[in-house]
Amino acid sequence: MRAGSKLGFILLFTPLVLWLGLLIIIPHIDMFLISIRERIGVGKYDTSLANYLTFFGEPLYMLTFARTALMSVLATALTLVIGFPVAFYIAKIAKGRLQSALFLLCLVPFWVSELVRTFGWMILLRETGVFSNLLQWVGLADQPVEMLYNDVAMMVGLVYTSMLFMVVPLITTMESLDDSVIEAGYDLGGNGMSVMREIVIPHAMPGIVSGSIVVFMLSLGNYLTPTMLGGKDSLWFTELIYSQFIVRFNWELGAAFGFMLLLLSSIIVWGTLKLSGQTLEKTMG
Amino acid sequence: MTPQDLEIQNLTKKFDAFTAVDDVSFSVPAGSFFSILGPSGCGKTTIMRMVAGFIDPTSGDIRIKGRSVLDTPPNKRPVNMVFQHLALFPMMNIAENIGYGLRRKGVAKDEITRKVGEVLERIGLPDIGQRKVDELSGGQKQRVAIARCMVLEPDVLLLDEPLGALDLKLREHMKVELKTLQAAFDTTFVYITHDQSEALVMSDQIAVMNHGRFEQVGTGQELYYRPQSAFVAGFVGDSNRWRGKVTRAKAGQLQIITEAGLTMTGNNHRRDLSVGDAADIYVRPEAIRISRSADDLAQFENKMSGTVASLLFNGAASRLILKTESGEEIEVTLPQSGEFAGVGRGDTLHFGWSGEQANSFAASEDFTQVYQ
Amino acid sequence: MIPTIRQPRLVRYSYRAYVALFFLYLALPLVVVSVFAFNNSQFPSLPWEGGTLAWFFGSERPMIGVFHERPILRALGNSAFIAFFVSLMSVVLGATNAFLFNRYEFRLKSFFYMLMLLPLVIPGIVLGISILVFSSTAANGIEETIGWDIEALRPGLPLVILGQFSFITTIVTLVVSARLHKFDRSLEEAALNLGASHLTAVRTITLPFLLPALIGGFVVAFLMSFENFNTTLMLVGSDAPLTIAMFDRMKEGSTPLLNAVSLLLMIGSSTLALMMIALQRKD
Repeated sequence: MRAGSKLGFILLFTPLVLWLGLLIIIPHIDMFLISIRERIGVGKYDTSLANYLTFFGEPLYMLTFARTALMSVLATALTLVIGFPVAFYIAKIAKGRLQSALFLLCLVPFWVSELVRTFGWMILLRETGVFSNLLQWVGLADQPVEMLYNDVAMMVGLVYTSMLFMVVPLITTMESLDDSVIEAGYDLGGNGMSVMREIVIPHAMPGIVSGSIVVFMLSLGNYLTPTMLGGKDSLWFTELIYSQFIVRFNWELGAAFGFMLLLLSSIIVWGTLKLSGQTLEKTMG
Repeated sequence: MTPQDLEIQNLTKKFDAFTAVDDVSFSVPAGSFFSILGPSGCGKTTIMRMVAGFIDPTSGDIRIKGRSVLDTPPNKRPVNMVFQHLALFPMMNIAENIGYGLRRKGVAKDEITRKVGEVLERIGLPDIGQRKVDELSGGQKQRVAIARCMVLEPDVLLLDEPLGALDLKLREHMKVELKTLQAAFDTTFVYITHDQSEALVMSDQIAVMNHGRFEQVGTGQELYYRPQSAFVAGFVGDSNRWRGKVTRAKAGQLQIITEAGLTMTGNNHRRDLSVGDAADIYVRPEAIRISRSADDLAQFENKMSGTVASLLFNGAASRLILKTESGEEIEVTLPQSGEFAGVGRGDTLHFGWSGEQANSFAASEDFTQVYQ
Repeated sequence: MIPTIRQPRLVRYSYRAYVALFFLYLALPLVVVSVFAFNNSQFPSLPWEGGTLAWFFGSERPMIGVFHERPILRALGNSAFIAFFVSLMSVVLGATNAFLFNRYEFRLKSFFYMLMLLPLVIPGIVLGISILVFSSTAANGIEETIGWDIEALRPGLPLVILGQFSFITTIVTLVVSARLHKFDRSLEEAALNLGASHLTAVRTITLPFLLPALIGGFVVAFLMSFENFNTTLMLVGSDAPLTIAMFDRMKEGSTPLLNAVSLLLMIGSSTLALMMIALQRKD
């Protein structure tokens, strides 16, 4: 590198390192260090795995952890199944103006705060809400129906919140599939099912993977939707973290929880990438 | 009469007000190589996609081996198509690509392996089964795309300008190869192209298409020597063109005076032109003989002289542009036999052509059109 | 399947109906939120008590409208303050990152690129607590050694800004990189060839080319910051931004005031988003 170029490199490289170091890497190391210490007296700490033992020893924590993971997988699968046909429609069937209009319509709701979207579902689903009134008016129910505060309501909200992050990568990858490749599939004797299975889905794989990773991440780390739409006994793991940190002020245990959540999401992201033969650079960049 | 492999009857396709294909009929006998040649937008792709089943005709019929296929969806038609950009499946390797259609038919696994191996052998690429699509060269992809169709033994193979994406040298090579493959598979090929040379080299029969209609169907020689319309004369091969008026018409001979005042005579080739009609006259550069002395040209009806305005050297296809005294420019082929090796700008040459070689048509708008 | 493959009419229509249903699903919550902003009632729910604009302009109890509700306006101000600084910082760092990864080859480049992407796959709440933990470690350390209590390292607006900045930067980096990737380096070479210095070439040729992406990145960052919840929740102090303020109210029970705020937010953010899209279309 020439001298000027070297200076330029340093000027560009330093902010990157400061950002990643001070806001991402060191904080996470610090969080890990906090999670492996145990308070043994006022202002006195010892290094131990006590917090992790607490986590593994308490069924409520383990159960919530497993439930959150499973529900997030389910939410991801539902988002994929619901969003895929729509993405295919926008990418391959709608043409011209309709195509760009539908694409925009997909985007616009997500420029609105998640809080507002959740609020909308509350208005729709609660006992005095729109659906309940509608059912009574139609005659399918003779008293107000509470549809809020259960797993289904929460799932509806989770899928809704993540939809964009599934549909957009799917549209982008499927748009790059040439019509003639689909036609060739038919021309050589394929039908709707086999063309989907052997041509469209393999082609859309990078989009499916990146969409699924993001949706899974968002569901796993979601706090608002489970709190507002979920029931009293459908606890989400992020709620545990929040309560340890803010309510009980037990940062050591909270940090251990945070670290478990990070570990879980990393394992699942890494596993998905490995299984599908993708890389983080390809799917996110 | 045995049924033809492909018969098209009064086929018409309208897109709203626009008629893309206008009452076209033709038939292709078994085992022949049939080309549809025309400029882009002439409707040739529409015909092909109707045969493949991707577009429904507005009216008319498509028969394959005597049976109408109008109600047969594309995945059930006994025709296969080589797409313009080949449409090889990038998510599969070569063997999977070729085996795709066989899997759809439910052929047994080892049978598929055998057939794929066989067809790879036939296209001369026996060891590429496990390769990926993007590891192949342009010519190899071409052959794989054809093999992918041929392994299904279709009644008719459709080819949609498959050579368009290749560079010039490879295209020349693939022309010969396609013809050889067609002979080897002994299957009916229907080929569409805007490149006259591809059509002329490979085809048994060529249809020249313009504005949704067939202008002429015939062998390459027929199109070249006896174009039936000004469009065909202009589109197939090169021509000098003049517009003029018929001043004499007698016993199959026409005399035409061009707008610049040149007098030309030519055979009317049984076209209906009479005195006073506006006419366009087409003469190919290679039909004109040049000479240093006027005496060599005694046998020609049309004799002139002019000076060399420029020399367009292009190897075997070299030409001269000669300027007559009246200022007309005429392109003539420059023979590379050595006789004219020293010709340069400003030299005076005599030239002439036989009336048999000139084609005259009633004046039409095709005269001013520039193709390709 | 695609239009050139014929499908039975029933299949085609049911497919269309499904897509229509999907968009209904997308629109429904937003529509009800907007509609109930005009409900002349204490509750954002049925029965419909007639239309009113009181939830926007009302100044008397019990119907104090958005424009007279001090705490909400303050929260809005906080949100705008946070969003502005987050956007500014992440656009600057996003641009330098984009140049770094586009123009330089260095050891461990792909490792650093992966690190750069990492914030995208860290749950927001974890990002929040890690920064909370570290900043308080740092604050305690500083207090113990030199005795200064640095307010900025305790939960509050500065920490919220840092927390949001930590992951929004990645997104802005990707937006700017995408455009820089399309830049034809020979334009810069032409500028050098015509006598510009290296820096002048970047300033007069490359940066103007990047401008739409920088503006786009700013808008994206602004919107993301404005609607961020998870990371903010862990880092917030006494001055709450709008999402947190609304969340607290919602837990207590909602009035159509929240609908009115939501509607204004929707109008604001979709206007911004549409303007940005229009800007990129023009390009």
